[in-house]
Amino acid sequence: MKPTTVLVLMSAGALVLPGTSFAVNPAAGAAAWIQEHPQPDASQARSCTSCHGRDLTRPGRHVKTGKVIEPLAPSVNPRRLTDPKKIEKWLLRNCRWTIGRECTASEKADFIGFIKTQ
Amino acid sequence: MTRSKRIPAMLVAGLLSLGGVGLAMSDADDDDSHEREEHRRPSGGWVRSRPDVAPVTNATYREECGACHMAYQPGLLPAGSWVEIMQPAALGEHYGDDASLSDALGREISTYLTANASDQAHRSRARAFGVRTADTAAGVGRDLPRITASVYFRREHDEIPARMVTDNPEVGSFSQCDSCHLGADRGVYNEHQVRIPGFGAWED
Repeated sequence: MKPTTVLVLMSAGALVLPGTSFAVNPAAGAAAWIQEHPQPDASQARSCTSCHGRDLTRPGRHVKTGKVIEPLAPSVNPRRLTDPKKIEKWLLRNCRWTIGRECTASEKADFIGFIKTQ
Repeated sequence: MTRSKRIPAMLVAGLLSLGGVGLAMSDADDDDSHEREEHRRPSGGWVRSRPDVAPVTNATYREECGACHMAYQPGLLPAGSWVEIMQPAALGEHYGDDASLSDALGREISTYLTANASDQAHRSRARAFGVRTADTAAGVGRDLPRITASVYFRREHDEIPARMVTDNPEVGSFSQCDSCHLGADRGVYNEHQVRIPGFGAWED
């Protein structure tokens, strides 16, 4: 497991285990979730909601392929946030695609913190 | 054979064939019930179709690639095309999406795809997918290879109007095989198992 993943997971764990490296801010994660990112090629702006929707307890739909994406909310889909490799892979890909760069460890922790509360 | 021996032999043959009819009738009954069941659940035909291309067998490929789109059967592209698509740089710009994989996963999937590619296939329909159109074969547009750009694919779909696929909000693109081909996941692409959303069966 990459050191950043460990850091991110530990930080997300900070919700219940205070005292780790930096504070997780689920509210910031929630705000970042719906933030629209204009694209350099003038195609439609992207946000997490483009594929996952605003309500994480409901299935999403891949904006390009139309494939159904199972709900991200652990409250309805308990397998979510259980596989660190998967979390790392999707945060890497999806930050690049949506925002146009990799997310910082703090941003990733906020996203995970937000998703955990759903 | 004497006449006296021939009669019991005929009787035996007759009984055997009656038994055969009985079996055939019970088969027909089974087919009927399947047919009724399949009519309620139109996910497959009542005749089990043989796959046109070999179904996906690699769990890693299905998991990693099937997360975003249908896990296209390896027999839908020639090995050279799969190699191009699976280059790490190409995965980073995968038809407009980021599909980056770890080196280990990328290698495993690439090995599976090339070993089962259309030019390795025995089924004629899969082999047909190995022939790319002149423009894609020449690398015009520096675009990644596309299943939809094979000569065979284009010929098979040239009568389908745009309103049924690209302009159809329930389909959107010729890349969504499983939107219309009910057996796509099993590698079944014959025209009897085509249902176009909003339009129904396609009669060629």
